[in-house]
Amino acid sequence: MAVAIVLVLLVVGSILFHFLSPWYFTPIASNWGMIDDTVTITFWVTGFVFVAINFFMAYAVVRYRYQKGRRAVYEPENKKLEWWLTGFTTLGVVAMLAPGLFVWAKFVEVPKEASVIEAIGQQWHWSFRFPGKDGVLGTVDTKYVSVENPFGINTDDPNGQDDVLIASNEVHLPIDKPVKVLLRSTDVLHNFTVPQFRVKMDLVPGMVPYIWFTPTRTGKFEILCEELCGIAHFAMRGSVVVEEQTAFHTWLSSHPTFAQSSSRGAGDAVAGDPLYATCAACHGPQGEGNLALNAPKLSGLQDSYMQRQLKYFKQGARGTHDEDVFGKMMAPMAATLVDEVAIENVVAYIKTLPDKPAPATVNGDAAHGKKIYATCGVCHGPKGQGRWSTNAPRHAGMSDWYMVTQLKNFKQGIRGAHPQDMYGPQMGFMADLLVDDQAINDVVAYINTL
Amino acid sequence: MAYVAHDESDYVPPAEVEEVELYHPKTFIGKYIWSQDAKVIAIQYSITAIAVGLVALVLSGIMRLQLGYPNTFSFITPGTYLQFVTMHGMIMVIYLLTALFLGGFGNYLIPLMVGARDMVFPYVNMVSYWVYLFAVLLLMASFFVPGGPTGSGWTLYPPQAILEGTPGASWGIILMLVSLAFFIVGFTMGGLNYVVTVLQARTRGMTMMRLPLTVWGIFMATILALLAFPALFVSCIMMTLDSLLGTSFFMPAIVSMGQQLDYGGGSPILFQHLFWFFGHPEVYIVALPAFGMVSDLISVHARKNIFGYRMMVWAILAIGALSLVVWAHHMYVSGMNPYFGFFFAITTLVIAIPTAIKVYNWVLTLWRGNIHLTVPMLFAIGFVFTFINGGLTGLFLGNVTVDLPLSDTMFVVAHFHMVMAVAPIMVVFGAIYHWYPKITGRMLNDTLGKFHFWATFLGSYAIYYPMHYLGFLGVPRRYYAMGNTDFLPESAHSLNAGITIVALIVGAIQVVFLYNLVWSYFKGKPSGGNPWGATTLEWQTPDTPPKHGNFGPTLPVVYRWAYDYSVPGVDEDFIPQNQPPGEKTRGLEET
Repeated sequence: MAVAIVLVLLVVGSILFHFLSPWYFTPIASNWGMIDDTVTITFWVTGFVFVAINFFMAYAVVRYRYQKGRRAVYEPENKKLEWWLTGFTTLGVVAMLAPGLFVWAKFVEVPKEASVIEAIGQQWHWSFRFPGKDGVLGTVDTKYVSVENPFGINTDDPNGQDDVLIASNEVHLPIDKPVKVLLRSTDVLHNFTVPQFRVKMDLVPGMVPYIWFTPTRTGKFEILCEELCGIAHFAMRGSVVVEEQTAFHTWLSSHPTFAQSSSRGAGDAVAGDPLYATCAACHGPQGEGNLALNAPKLSGLQDSYMQRQLKYFKQGARGTHDEDVFGKMMAPMAATLVDEVAIENVVAYIKTLPDKPAPATVNGDAAHGKKIYATCGVCHGPKGQGRWSTNAPRHAGMSDWYMVTQLKNFKQGIRGAHPQDMYGPQMGFMADLLVDDQAINDVVAYINTL
Repeated sequence: MAYVAHDESDYVPPAEVEEVELYHPKTFIGKYIWSQDAKVIAIQYSITAIAVGLVALVLSGIMRLQLGYPNTFSFITPGTYLQFVTMHGMIMVIYLLTALFLGGFGNYLIPLMVGARDMVFPYVNMVSYWVYLFAVLLLMASFFVPGGPTGSGWTLYPPQAILEGTPGASWGIILMLVSLAFFIVGFTMGGLNYVVTVLQARTRGMTMMRLPLTVWGIFMATILALLAFPALFVSCIMMTLDSLLGTSFFMPAIVSMGQQLDYGGGSPILFQHLFWFFGHPEVYIVALPAFGMVSDLISVHARKNIFGYRMMVWAILAIGALSLVVWAHHMYVSGMNPYFGFFFAITTLVIAIPTAIKVYNWVLTLWRGNIHLTVPMLFAIGFVFTFINGGLTGLFLGNVTVDLPLSDTMFVVAHFHMVMAVAPIMVVFGAIYHWYPKITGRMLNDTLGKFHFWATFLGSYAIYYPMHYLGFLGVPRRYYAMGNTDFLPESAHSLNAGITIVALIVGAIQVVFLYNLVWSYFKGKPSGGNPWGATTLEWQTPDTPPKHGNFGPTLPVVYRWAYDYSVPGVDEDFIPQNQPPGEKTRGLEET
């Protein structure tokens, strides 16, 4: 008896949960409302079966529960009933399958007017490529990928020269325009998912799958990688900003073409020398850092990392949080660098400075830190040397007290949470692993041994 | 009522094989360690599988701690989390469920139920267990090697499985692949035994259409496994070569961590096809024995013949055959040619029809029965409810369009746990409560059993039903932490914490079951030979527990199907399969 009541309660409870709980699809932001319709159809068909069979079972358990002297009915089969049930089930299956296949046919066929862009996934971030003025994406190959040509574009292909490169986790798309996204990976499997768009597809190295959709709502939507791609899988996020056509064009034209980005020089150290005078006041003439002034060591840092941080300070993506006391001191200094060329020049000068390891000032349990560092080393390198491919700066031999401050800032969202800080959120996820201050000291103590 | 084959109760065909003289060991080691007795091998398989399953259960508890309370436990890092996910999944699917259903129940029940003295090849059967044990030890060893076990997910997808950036990409993955290869070798030895025993060693009168559905389920599952496991075997070998010798079966040109690697030309999708060619039948390798056993549990405890026996057998065969052509429904969003979607969506939804027939026949067996709500029956009802739920959500994921928003989310995790974790485990528990008296001669404690049922049934539904809705929201699976994700309301995190609490309680309550197993072995109520009044041959043995050779001096002769319950005109409400036709038992002549 109890079991029958429980079955009924579970069925009723499940239905109530479905309608009353706050957890369901996010509001749709693409043309794929039809997918939601197929889900609704499936819910009605399966919901009916769920209720009918379970209520029948509950009734049978009550009605035919054991009674002394009762005898079960001997009925090996009932052909007619079995065929009716089979036919009925087949109808239900067709009712779900037919609309499903109908919508799938639309998903497979990309509309002719769709524009084509490329999403590139690699451990553990996104970048994007637009075809440029000629409307054709240049050919690419994984074997061309290098620090100078991170997109792996074929330099001999004229179609590639005007491709617009978005070296960022954030891509913009115009509203109400269908877009076909080519999905390319240079390392492992990834998956391009925007929950509000409903569609998703894997990125497979060695081939180029695709999806298409039409964004129908302006706003910023999160991209998630949904195919396991290693340790930082959960932190491989990006975003799609859907906006009006004009805003989109402004955004697109602010990015360099392949030809522009590959012709840009490395920066002029001689021109950077006078610019560095401002920096030297705090960071020291050799870029060695100064604890008393809370200025970290700079010499030995990768130029791409320094350029990015200087831009962030300049744009306000860093050094604007109320609690980032020293970041706020850095922001006006970065503002003195008038343009990107100035940033490149000063970074080029810093690269000429001698790289002497910073003194150790932090005490911690390096053995415990080593265990924690197993996670850090995947991006920052097992020797803490930094890696261009993961956008991870070097930290071996750098100012340890500064790393302690920054890890705390990342953990508390003082750094890395700004929407324009591309790789900061990822570090924020990782800093969350350090459960307390002791863990931070321990891992930094280990870094000092590298 | 239509004419049915089971009613040929007078016909007794000749036995297909002659009596064999078994080797009866004299020493303790020969009887219980290097045993060739299928029943002892079954216990060895079961204890090993349950032991390693407990490890996987603890791992799942740790995973739930992380999901419910992220950034609280310093020993759970993104790397260890993925390692726990991987080991939990692989252990549960292969080393627990496959081994327990086929190696455990298969070994115990097949010879007894078909009326054989033992498996056809007892020596090979013994080797099968020891190879399985070796595979388990290899897998467990990966916890202790540099880098730990692999964290590539139970699907082991290359390229990431063998590249830096995934935990255990050097030692762990190799141990996993080699362990799987050994598992398959061991299983093949056992599997051939089960198939040949069913085909060749049935006792006189035991036609195929008189076999209990338990045997049909295990038989078909074994055939599937023999066909499907080789695909996994070759994938393991090829990936091992890719990793150790630098071949490129599954590896295209790759830049890993900024370094160009020496791979080129291989196909990661090829691995997925091979893996799921094994992986989907694997679902039925677990499900079909559960289907078979639950059919018998329901029939025995409702005192009613299974409804639509022939349809049930055909459904098992149809499901088995179809399950070999649905594999790529796991790959709708894998990047394979999207036109495959049409084919695999159709085959996948067609398989729902024979599956639904089985469900109808279970509940129609209850209908107009005389239902004893014993612990095995409770678990059987729990199974039917859980399986209906998990089966229906399968129609979401199998239908290619509906799969798009749900694939790779927690909806998938909820679905497959409902359908191939909770549902089969319900049957495992029900079957253990049902057959324990035959194995030990004592009943399991009823009160503890009922408590165990209610906690497990309600608890697991509370864990997995709400989890589907996290999937609708868009929470991906295999995520170490969600952090600040725009579209997730705070309540989703509370839901995760709630699921964790229930999961830990349900996990802990399994101790009650283990305690019951041990306590009842010594103190349980003596059961006698046939406590449930069942018709099948294992309950008709002269000794309980059955001795080596099972049936004493002469093998039983079978005169009827396995479901003569509540036959009209007969006093007893069951007629054992080996009871000859006679006036006392059969009253059909009068009707």
